[in-house]
Amino acid sequence: MTLIERLAEAKRTGDLQTLCDVVPYSRFLGLSARVDGDELITTLQFADHLIGNPALPALHGGTLGALCESAAIFELLWRAETAVLPKTITLTIDYLRSAGPLDTYARSIVTRQGRRVTNVHVEAWQRDRAAPVATAHAIFLVMREEPRPAASS
Amino acid sequence: MGAGSGFVIPYNAALGLRVVGIERAQAQATFTLPYDAKLVGNVDTGVLHGGAITGLIDACSGAAVFAALAEWQPIATLDLRIDYLRGGEPGRDIACRANCYRITRNVAFTRAVAYHDDEADPIATSMGTFMIATKAGVKK
Repeated sequence: MTLIERLAEAKRTGDLQTLCDVVPYSRFLGLSARVDGDELITTLQFADHLIGNPALPALHGGTLGALCESAAIFELLWRAETAVLPKTITLTIDYLRSAGPLDTYARSIVTRQGRRVTNVHVEAWQRDRAAPVATAHAIFLVMREEPRPAASS
Repeated sequence: MGAGSGFVIPYNAALGLRVVGIERAQAQATFTLPYDAKLVGNVDTGVLHGGAITGLIDACSGAAVFAALAEWQPIATLDLRIDYLRGGEPGRDIACRANCYRITRNVAFTRAVAYHDDEADPIATSMGTFMIATKAGVKK
């Protein structure tokens, strides 16, 4: 099965964890996903290898960025009828607070679903959802990219 | 955040990041992310996940800020924007060069580019801002 077929299968059976498990990097990071009410929550389970600042200690900014990007992709795969893997065009992460050695959660809101691109807003938090450690917004290409036609003279 | 603080950064080590060079005169850092199957995003293509590239760029940009500081101070990433220009090629390492092009008492500004071996043919470009903290602790 191709990745998209496996994702479609996971969606049919409601097996959210497969969304994470088919992506090697998600396993490396330690991501899991669950549906809580009508929200898809992605969890980054704390592990020592995620630390960026051992003195505080605090999670590496790269892990929070990866959590936000992954949560947005899971949201799109879960909600949208997509035949292609969303491709990140641009990702902007705001780091709001130092993230401690704890599990981190993320949820995404699709702010605009277009035919070609989709805008997603993500919030990530630890103990207190009202005090996010990071927010992100990302824009994804959600269609297959055809080669750009050569300019005609 | 990245190297320059004199201790091992666990996540940089987990990604397998290598410091290629730190040039204090140019406030510049160059890192490499070796290709590794555990960092793949799409198993059909073998292309590395964007998240791994985010880690590379964040670490390298942080190192560029450390290179710009007259003496070591803790820093914290305020924001990071990454534009993905094209997919990386499977099996190939990704390099990142970051510059801290402006630093004030409180804030440092960085730009970075990720590429295979030709910086003129980038995989991703990035702009970042960092808070310069006091030695007593990271305050925003």
